[in-house]
Amino acid sequence: MSKKGISVKLDKLKSELAEISNLQLSIGRVITEEWIEPMGPTPAPTLTTLRDWDYKLLQRYKPFYMPYCDVCCLCTMGKCDLTQGKRGACGLDIWCQQSRIVLLACCIGAATHAAHSRHLVEYLIEKYGRDSPIDLGTGVEIEAPITRLVYGEKPKTLGDLEEVLDYVENQITQLLSSTHTGQEGNNIDFESKVFHAGMIDHLAMEVADIAQVSAFGFPKADPNAPLVDIGMGVIDSTKPVILVIGHNVPPAAQIIDYLSETGLMGNVEVAGICCTAHDLTRYNPKAKIIGPLSWQLRFIRSGLADVIVVDEQCIRTDVLIEAQRTMTPVIATTEKDCLGLPNRTFDSVDRIVSDLVDRKAPGAFILDTQKVAEVAVKTALLLAPKRMKFKVIPDAKSIIEGAKKCSQCRYSPCRRACPNDLPIPEAMRQASQGVLDGLANLYDLCIGCGRCEHACINNQPIHSFIIGASERRTREEKFKVRAGRGAIQDVEIRKVGGPIVLGEIPGVIALVGCSNYSNGGIEVAQMAEEFAKRRYIVVASGCSAMSIGMYRDEEGKTLYEQFSGDFDAGGLVNVGSCVANSHIAGAAIKIASIFAKRKLRANYEEIADYIHNRVGAVGIAWGAMSQKAASIASGFWRLGVPVIVGPHGSKYRRMLLGRKDREEDWYVYDARTGEKVYVGPCPEHLFYVAETKEEAMVMAAKLCMRPNDTTRGRAIKLSHYVDLHKRFYGTMPDDIHYFVRRESDIPIMIKDEVMKILREKGWKENVIPDPTLLPRLIKRE
Amino acid sequence: MSAEPWQTAEIPGPLKAFVITKPIAVVTLIKRAKRPIMIVGHEATKINIDEKKLIDYVIEIANAKQIPIVATAHIIKEFKERGVENVFSMPAIDIANRLKDSEWRGLDGNGPYDLAIFVGLPYYMEWTILSGLKHSAPNLRTISLDRTYQPHASWSFPNLTIDEWRTQLNEIITQLK
Repeated sequence: MSKKGISVKLDKLKSELAEISNLQLSIGRVITEEWIEPMGPTPAPTLTTLRDWDYKLLQRYKPFYMPYCDVCCLCTMGKCDLTQGKRGACGLDIWCQQSRIVLLACCIGAATHAAHSRHLVEYLIEKYGRDSPIDLGTGVEIEAPITRLVYGEKPKTLGDLEEVLDYVENQITQLLSSTHTGQEGNNIDFESKVFHAGMIDHLAMEVADIAQVSAFGFPKADPNAPLVDIGMGVIDSTKPVILVIGHNVPPAAQIIDYLSETGLMGNVEVAGICCTAHDLTRYNPKAKIIGPLSWQLRFIRSGLADVIVVDEQCIRTDVLIEAQRTMTPVIATTEKDCLGLPNRTFDSVDRIVSDLVDRKAPGAFILDTQKVAEVAVKTALLLAPKRMKFKVIPDAKSIIEGAKKCSQCRYSPCRRACPNDLPIPEAMRQASQGVLDGLANLYDLCIGCGRCEHACINNQPIHSFIIGASERRTREEKFKVRAGRGAIQDVEIRKVGGPIVLGEIPGVIALVGCSNYSNGGIEVAQMAEEFAKRRYIVVASGCSAMSIGMYRDEEGKTLYEQFSGDFDAGGLVNVGSCVANSHIAGAAIKIASIFAKRKLRANYEEIADYIHNRVGAVGIAWGAMSQKAASIASGFWRLGVPVIVGPHGSKYRRMLLGRKDREEDWYVYDARTGEKVYVGPCPEHLFYVAETKEEAMVMAAKLCMRPNDTTRGRAIKLSHYVDLHKRFYGTMPDDIHYFVRRESDIPIMIKDEVMKILREKGWKENVIPDPTLLPRLIKRE
Repeated sequence: MSAEPWQTAEIPGPLKAFVITKPIAVVTLIKRAKRPIMIVGHEATKINIDEKKLIDYVIEIANAKQIPIVATAHIIKEFKERGVENVFSMPAIDIANRLKDSEWRGLDGNGPYDLAIFVGLPYYMEWTILSGLKHSAPNLRTISLDRTYQPHASWSFPNLTIDEWRTQLNEIITQLK
């Protein structure tokens, strides 16, 4: 990128022509163009630049709203009852209110990534300089596909990223303003803005990850990124332990640096929870991952951590309270999460350490990462012998005694507080009789929220009972996950672009998002294994990437040890933390750019149209929980990529659903002739909630079909769809006639069976077009 | 009679389901319905009520009045294995999206449904789907036959014990027959 500010100041200039004093000349930016690709039609789009594209998608995938609340309580004219067609005091109806809340969630998500990104870029510029190059690895020419596509510029240095973030922050402010009372009044326009928030979120994520990959030296698009340890059992409890929690890695990375500089590496365990853990192992593979965000309570209460360092996002807000129970000091390191702690940024290290070790303070708020590192390490070393890994997880005897106090309330407040409706009363009844299996069986299904304890009228530490009953299990929790590799190489895209677009690789399945699973993390691993064995390309990120690694096969191997990290058929690719999700979108964009040679620069509509009609990619956010997950998903929707969520995802309060029974919804233009051609419901939905993993797998296989599939490719995709359907549903799918365009689409093994169905349905052969939703792409003579 | 949502924080708003205190309420609603349909979630195959599964009660209710069944998720094979003929497989969110459409002609093409009976979905998913229908399908009545109160249905059982639930379901079956 080549925009720089110039400022000239002359105190005094005297020449034959004139005498000038106090001249100040500022030029905002000078464009020194180095990128030969001409600027596309939509550089730095504003809220409505891509509205027409959004409307095309939203016409096909109409919102189905599931209000989570019947009222609006956002202004003082309310609360307003929005049931039975009533409008609120401002005139808003229930549909607008739902889409408005979805937009708010996406703005929160995008702002969170943007603020994270801004902090990282500023930190890295200070540490490495504004001219530090963007370098994603030797195999990556298109280093920032989203930035090129959306913003229309090609960043070359860390300094170039600041300008991209200026645009991101501007757009988030504009979007957020539209949710104010008396602004947007149409639900579809709100939905269009949701898409815009998602696209902006992807841009923010890309900036964050390419900055940290470039400057921190993370694995650079490396399919052979190292395997790292994950699980509670991987911690060497004989050593002082520093636990890092969150998403923004600089404090954790500084701890590693300090340990290396002081020769203490190996004497102290540094382990992480949530995305900071991913990024820490990308920084140094000797660091360890405890697990996804739902592992926080169980690990803190285990007492293994001698110091806890939190940065930002997905941190339990009661971390300080919980840590005090195990006498573990907490160091808060970002302005976004101060935890009520005193600002010790300018205090001496020794004084802070002394206060923490002597328990004069429960923690400290320190904004200087070098000081954070020194304080954390020194405190851990001094405190570990004193704490003796003091834990609040009860032993078996205490659990049994505690369970005897359970009054087996008639209306089970513990169970009713549990998001997964776990049978806690029955497990407590068993425990009161000395049998702990019932509690132990809840371990895998528990999302670690602790709501059961707050609901218990006898104040029993039910979550701790579950962990205590599973203690042997947690000790044996030792697995492997491949460190996040970052981007996908251009050469990989060249290799798989054709097979994906033509349908011969049956699809790209992205298992992403948080750990709010309805039935345990094993379901994510099972889905990953199923699709990898079927030679889909499986990509993963965040907590889902961790869950995939936390199970072993009969030979004792985790999935990351069984499948390669190549972005290729049968590969299992961990891209990294939340912000590394941008590489998944980036890969889809690069297929359009590198393989199909579509113009990339500021050419959003055309690239999204290409992806929607040709790239069989599907996201599965099985435990999606956060506002960030919402904005990540919405970024994929605008690219035309469908997303499936698990049952808890219904609480996002609206889906984007196609209607396969409405033929009129499934026409595209044939770019060769300009004719409108029926292509079937491909893909059928844009945002879909599945009830079971079996349903999700069948739907994912179906959603990989695209209008552009060749007959061979469609046959491969249909064979997976039918096979999965028969296996899980026990029947042939009843909608197969929608997906067969020509006889040659039908897999040979089931040809007779399918042809019989097609004859019954009155099916007719159809053409396979060069599909587009954009009339301007029709190749006119 | 008022009732509390099973998951304690799931407070809906001003419009809450009528509480089914006697089975006759369900029986009357079903008998009066011109086009009833049952939507059965995967938990119906997991929940035991004494010797039987919830799905077996569902089948008896459906058979008593020839009510078509939509088996959601992947459970259609459970119905087929039990010899049920009048059953369709459709995702829960898809059938909900069809039911809100007053112009949808139904699974048999004979017109829209006027009563949808839900049972066996995860509590919170049924909660949100019923909310969607409450707001978008004013001409559709909904009943939840789960043993937990679903405030967004038109009619729902309150939170019941297994024994109370079994008694209610058996009584509905007897009276429908």
